Amino acid sequence: MGRTLAEKVWHNHVVRSAEGEPDLLYIDLHLVHEVTSPQAFDGLRGADRPVRRPDLTVATEDHNIPTIDVDKPIADPVSRAQVEALRTNCAEFGVPLYSLGNVEQGIVHVVGPQMGLTQPGMTIVCGDSHTSTHGAFGALAFGIGTSEVEHVLATQTLPLKPFKTMAINVEGDLPEGVSAKDIILAVIAKIGTGGGQGYVLEYRGSAIRGLSMEGRMTVCNMSIEAGARAGMIAPDQTTFDYVQGREKAPNGQEWDDAVAYWKTLFTDDDAEFDAVVDIDASTLTPFVTWGTNPGQGLPLSASVPSPDDATDDVDRVAIERALEYMDLTPGTPLRDVAVDTVFIGSCTNGRIEDLRVAADILQGRKVKEGMRLMVVPGSARVRLQAESEGLDQVFLEAGGEWRGAGCSMCLGMNPDKLTPGERSASTSNRNFEGRQGPGGRTHLVSPAVAASTAVTGHLSSPADLA
Amino acid sequence: MEPFIRHTGTAAPLRRSNVDTDQIIPAEYLKRITRDGFEDGLFSAWRKDPDFVLNRPEYQGVSILVAGPDFGTGSSREHAVWALQNYGFCVVLSSRFADIFRGNSGKGGLLTAQVAQSVIEELWTLIEADPSLQVTVDLDARTVRAGDLTADFEVDDYVRWRLLEGLDDIGITLQHSDAISEFEERRPSFAPLTQ
Ligand code: SF4
Repeated sequence: MGRTLAEKVWHNHVVRSAEGEPDLLYIDLHLVHEVTSPQAFDGLRGADRPVRRPDLTVATEDHNIPTIDVDKPIADPVSRAQVEALRTNCAEFGVPLYSLGNVEQGIVHVVGPQMGLTQPGMTIVCGDSHTSTHGAFGALAFGIGTSEVEHVLATQTLPLKPFKTMAINVEGDLPEGVSAKDIILAVIAKIGTGGGQGYVLEYRGSAIRGLSMEGRMTVCNMSIEAGARAGMIAPDQTTFDYVQGREKAPNGQEWDDAVAYWKTLFTDDDAEFDAVVDIDASTLTPFVTWGTNPGQGLPLSASVPSPDDATDDVDRVAIERALEYMDLTPGTPLRDVAVDTVFIGSCTNGRIEDLRVAADILQGRKVKEGMRLMVVPGSARVRLQAESEGLDQVFLEAGGEWRGAGCSMCLGMNPDKLTPGERSASTSNRNFEGRQGPGGRTHLVSPAVAASTAVTGHLSSPADLA
Repeated sequence: MEPFIRHTGTAAPLRRSNVDTDQIIPAEYLKRITRDGFEDGLFSAWRKDPDFVLNRPEYQGVSILVAGPDFGTGSSREHAVWALQNYGFCVVLSSRFADIFRGNSGKGGLLTAQVAQSVIEELWTLIEADPSLQVTVDLDARTVRAGDLTADFEVDDYVRWRLLEGLDDIGITLQHSDAISEFEERRPSFAPLTQ
């Protein structure tokens, strides 16, 4: 029987397999950042172990860094100590690091692809659940915890039990104004936050093939929000074109060899998935979340649901709790929900294409009075690229803030936070209680919806703009 | 790591589903660079409410958490496991755990025992009727016992073996260093290097 894409990549990385034990899988690329690594480096030090392959490891500073005054020392002493720990650890163990101020610095999941380090068929891990992003290239990429970070640093491998595979077929043409973010929010609403648990999702179908690499990354990024550890898309010409010419991409004969191999990375016709989900792209519309987990989403044209819509008691309690936290009344049209802050950024939607979409909408328009618009590029390079295209000026003239690269308000670890009760429309990936700051209320949206919302002051799509 | 064979203690009912890692330990606590002292951040937003289960006098000293479905969703932060352990929890029971959280727990020695939601509901009822009830989670027998209730739980075979033996994963893998070196010889030359 044939193999799925995920099974092929898995198979090509098995170092050792034995009955009754997990497979030992080789890791091609290990991305490291300041938050989930200090205890891992400490563990190595305690056991007197080196980093096995510093040349397959790369670190950057993203989660816990400021996005203003980046040339000054970090003001918060606790944050500063963590960033300094990363710098000391990388120097001591020989791991390359892109620090604040370096042109390659940025959110790990933006940096890897942009440098050409993320390539088809690789195994990629990082102490961050959104490592699934790299699956857009046909890599098997997933988040790991700090103990596993230590394990990979020490051995360049991980013991893993095989995943099940799920096909997500998105066929048909996406309607105008509907983006990759809307696809994935619809997928999560359909299968639920636990629906992908234990699976690698493979996104397939004409609507997926039609996406740019940026769009594919947005889709794979949020696989974790569907409960899956990884999401993948088979590489094709779009993938090869994106990788070619990047700093770490192969050249000459090696490029040809690589492409020949990459072309074998697809799910065989006679392979079987453990589960299949079909989505008709032509029925999709701009999607927003109303609740406190990413599965609590609806089309923008819908209304806030009622606990009476619940399928069971657990669901009823979850809806009641979410409505209370979000301060929403059942039956309110989502379009009437007034928003205080718009955040455009994160590893989900902080790439150049996302900023172009937002700038296109904000061009010649103003942010609604009293609202805050914060635009945070995913990496220093994205920032430079955007500035060379004049996008920063569009955001500034509209009344927005233009920041340095990092995770920023996606997780509110640095000073970029919501205040209690403040409501955001955010292009990030998590709407958990307090995710963007204690008491903050988050609606997950696409860049187009975010920018439109900044103009009108309530959840809106470009179609709502005069 | 200490071997984990069975554990007996009192339990707290957490009647919530989709308890994500941002609730277990919010991002502001992730700035620390040690593995201990995270108990103050555990469920910190909820603990501001004096009625929250862990604030109630009858649930002081608990070591078993009985939670709703989809426990541990969200980020990969292992701090969630440390926070639960630092607070004093040895076991979490739920009908469904998020994958990464479950993996992290196994590494850190926190047992995540998966039982049917009906068992969770029974346990909630039993504990709420008598918060001093002793609950025994027997990893060797894969059972949870409380009062008249005995139920089997699911745990990965390999994780169970490692916990029972108290083995360190890295030590196990390093025994296969030769196989790793052989694999490295076979890697294609076009595979990228970071430096
Ligand atoms: S942008 Fe947000 S989701 Fe992405 S890595 Fe940073 S904190 Fe995590």
